[in-house]
Amino acid sequence: MFADYSSSELLAIFAMQGFAGLSLFSIFVLMALGLAIIFGQMGVINMAHGEFMILGAYMTYLTSNLFEALMPGLYGAYFIVAMVVAFVSAGALGALVEWAMIRRLYHRPLDTLLATWGLSLILQQCYRSIFGAREVGVSLPDWLMGSVAVTDMIEIPINGLFVMVLTLLIAAGVYYLMYRSNWGGQVRAVVQNRPMAGAVGINTGKVDRMTFALGCGIAGVAGSAFTMIGSTGPTSGQLYIVDTFLVVVFGGAASLLGTIASAFTISQAQSTMEFFLSGSMAKVLTLLVVVGILMLRPQGLFSLKIRR
Amino acid sequence: MEQKDFVLAVEGLSVSFDGFKAVNDLSFYVDEGEIRVIIGPNGAGKTTVLDLICGRTKATDGSIKFRNKELTRMKEHQIVHAGVGRKFQNPSIYEDLTVFENLELSFPRGHSVFGALTFRRDKQVIDKVTEVAEMIFLADLLHQRADLLSHGQKQWLEIGMLLIQDPALLMLDEPVAGMSVAERKKTAELLNRITRDRSVLVIEHDMQFVEDIAHRVTVLHQGRLLSEGSLERVKNDPKVVEVYLGH
Amino acid sequence: MNALKNNLFKRQDLINYGLLAILLVLILPLTLDIFRLNLVGKYLSYAFVAVGLVLCWGYGGILSLGQGVFFGIGGYAMAMFLKLEASSPEATAIQSTPGIPDFMDWNQLTALPWFWEPFHSLGFTTLAILFVAPLFAFIVAVAMFKRRVGGVYFAIITQAIAAILTILIIGQQGYTGGVNGITDLRTLMGWDIRTDSAKYILYFFCVAMLFACLLLAHLVLKSKLGRLLVAIRDREDRVRFSGYDVSSFKIFVFCFAAMLSAIGGAMFTLQVGFMSPTLVGIVPSIEMVIFCALGGRLSIIGAVYGALLVNAAKTTMSEAFPELWLFAMGALFIGVVLAFPNGLAGLYQTLLQKVKERRAAAAAQKTPATPAIAPRNATSDPEPAQGIGVPSQS
Repeated sequence: MFADYSSSELLAIFAMQGFAGLSLFSIFVLMALGLAIIFGQMGVINMAHGEFMILGAYMTYLTSNLFEALMPGLYGAYFIVAMVVAFVSAGALGALVEWAMIRRLYHRPLDTLLATWGLSLILQQCYRSIFGAREVGVSLPDWLMGSVAVTDMIEIPINGLFVMVLTLLIAAGVYYLMYRSNWGGQVRAVVQNRPMAGAVGINTGKVDRMTFALGCGIAGVAGSAFTMIGSTGPTSGQLYIVDTFLVVVFGGAASLLGTIASAFTISQAQSTMEFFLSGSMAKVLTLLVVVGILMLRPQGLFSLKIRR
Repeated sequence: MEQKDFVLAVEGLSVSFDGFKAVNDLSFYVDEGEIRVIIGPNGAGKTTVLDLICGRTKATDGSIKFRNKELTRMKEHQIVHAGVGRKFQNPSIYEDLTVFENLELSFPRGHSVFGALTFRRDKQVIDKVTEVAEMIFLADLLHQRADLLSHGQKQWLEIGMLLIQDPALLMLDEPVAGMSVAERKKTAELLNRITRDRSVLVIEHDMQFVEDIAHRVTVLHQGRLLSEGSLERVKNDPKVVEVYLGH
Repeated sequence: MNALKNNLFKRQDLINYGLLAILLVLILPLTLDIFRLNLVGKYLSYAFVAVGLVLCWGYGGILSLGQGVFFGIGGYAMAMFLKLEASSPEATAIQSTPGIPDFMDWNQLTALPWFWEPFHSLGFTTLAILFVAPLFAFIVAVAMFKRRVGGVYFAIITQAIAAILTILIIGQQGYTGGVNGITDLRTLMGWDIRTDSAKYILYFFCVAMLFACLLLAHLVLKSKLGRLLVAIRDREDRVRFSGYDVSSFKIFVFCFAAMLSAIGGAMFTLQVGFMSPTLVGIVPSIEMVIFCALGGRLSIIGAVYGALLVNAAKTTMSEAFPELWLFAMGALFIGVVLAFPNGLAGLYQTLLQKVKERRAAAAAQKTPATPAIAPRNATSDPEPAQGIGVPSQS
């Protein structure tokens, strides 16, 4: 399939597709980070995770409309505000859901999967009723428009670059929170030994709620980033849920670095293949390879050997 | 060394979890018909040794021979079929099934998919189950769901499940832990009866109980063999005294 | 000693099957017109899947989110046969390549693909319906269960497989009919399946097949294998130390469920007259789980009612208030899981139990000399289905 292209063309194709893949990578990482925290730390499968992301996207859309209408002069800065709004609203909804539903199901992981699926259906219909079935988009502020020309054949769009930097910052933040902060220590303590953590004075119920809310909040921020590279519809979130689950499992559920590495691998593979095959075949092939590898190595790429 | 006399020969056994050696170059031998008790402080690797023998954990190194059959490469159910039975520390029974069904599942017939589909609850099965239920003091509770049993009764049920399997080597992990005094007495009696014609490997902390049943005692410490011999000898071994008192 | 006998059919079982038979064979055909009855037949084809899920999820604790894949395999196999019959060279004379299905012609295919060829034979098609899905399930199950992957991981992988298959079917239009699926099916061995009389016959055929499958499932659950599945669900580890190779039982039950789903898929194609990827993907696959959950994940009869009720509600609501349907469906998922984990069958059991207790209490009042009998009866004659609570999977 490479025969029709000259080597410099191929290089450019790989670079451009690689960069296009980085947008996908950003979404994967942001969604997978939240999922990995919730799944890896709590063992809960959140099928509504895509809808939490879309909540963030709609919040970003609303914020941008608000800025446009009330303070067009500050429009360039709306995105920062929107991210905070998205994080807080998705996180708050997450905390509510944890309180109303998830905490009753911790011993039945397969049931959380069904219940959160139900939640995702309800959220989708809410979005459809409130925002309409049509996809909405935000207009980018001036400073995110345009692209950087690296060579005469390779151009990199600024918004994609911005989203990627954002992704890495958030990933670093999550890493700090989970592995360096006192709070992260509590979360990991609860994961390893719940009764013991409770006995030494950690409020395990509160840790659970905050963990779930954090995971959802990150999904909300992912939604903000999502508006930079695609338009938002009621079911946009569902399109990514299977892929992100595979990213999380492929990376080895408990490993943050593994999640990022696996998001990178999958997004790059898919994006590069997309240029040569039709989009659907690229996706089929990528997913098949991932599922195949998972069947051979079910614990994921990065995992520790532990005594069961 | 001629190994035919041993029912169980453990040699150079090691296992490590992420670099931590839970069992380290351990060797010991159990004779046919012997009752061997393993003691040792917490974290000595006692339960891990049982896990290794019954195939729950795979050894990193070393060999476990049961009647000259190498167990380290066998699957759990193959080890069971070879004749090794294991009782877990916490009563490990099927809570959603009745006492009868718990015992029936352990009956050594119909263990393949096809066998389980065509398994018939014939007189042989019913007689055997009733006989064992009698022995473990649960004859009146055959149709009770197992999760409604008391802690002691659950322990007995699990022992009963092992009896039906009729293993040549019986491994018991703290069989009297968490029992009331009356239950403890009954259990000792039960164990005395069932251990008569088989080899037994027991983990136990209760020294009175150990004294009652042990032929020989193996002391583990930090995954290694610390001392071995009669309870009297082991008790007076300065190494053992140091480990127990030094804590 | 009588209580120890393992009766295959208890009196209550016979009553429950009888009630279902009366509903499906008498009441519905006599009260519904053929259009509605045909819809019921369509719902019943999902019941096959739901029955399979009771075995594999309710009893075995294996949640598959990819049952649509097997439903699709059965459905597509049937559809391929019917499509070939509808694409005789005479019927397709106006195509640029006569004798191949119309959608292939639209996609510039000039010859029948090799894997379509055997579907000229009804015998091969029947074998394909019965055995391709279990074979595929076997491959997946061996890979996963031999490595002791289960629970949530298994659910995710099966879901991914459903996604992959859907994308593949949609992407390969020329071979599969794409997003529209395989449509315009007319005759089965020359017999027009679109007439009212054919629809009646197919409905009763579907009911008969369903009862055959229920019987099979019942026998499996009443055998020692059924009790073993419960044991595996609760304490997989312990079962190994009772001397069983756990993975082989999981593989068996997953393949069995796959076969039931495939039969259901074939029934769907026969009665509805088309097969499309919208019945294969993630959404239909997970909806099939709710049929089973609503009916009661531990009751194969409940699963049939679950499939009927959810689909009837779906049809009614999406005709009247389409925007409310997703809310209702979502609420159903959450409500069943949180409030009624044993579904309708669980409620029914509780009801029966109460009636029994009340009767026993009444009897005890009449003959106060033997008050101890009632509670003893309750413990010495347990219904297996009610005795098994909600699994605590981990």
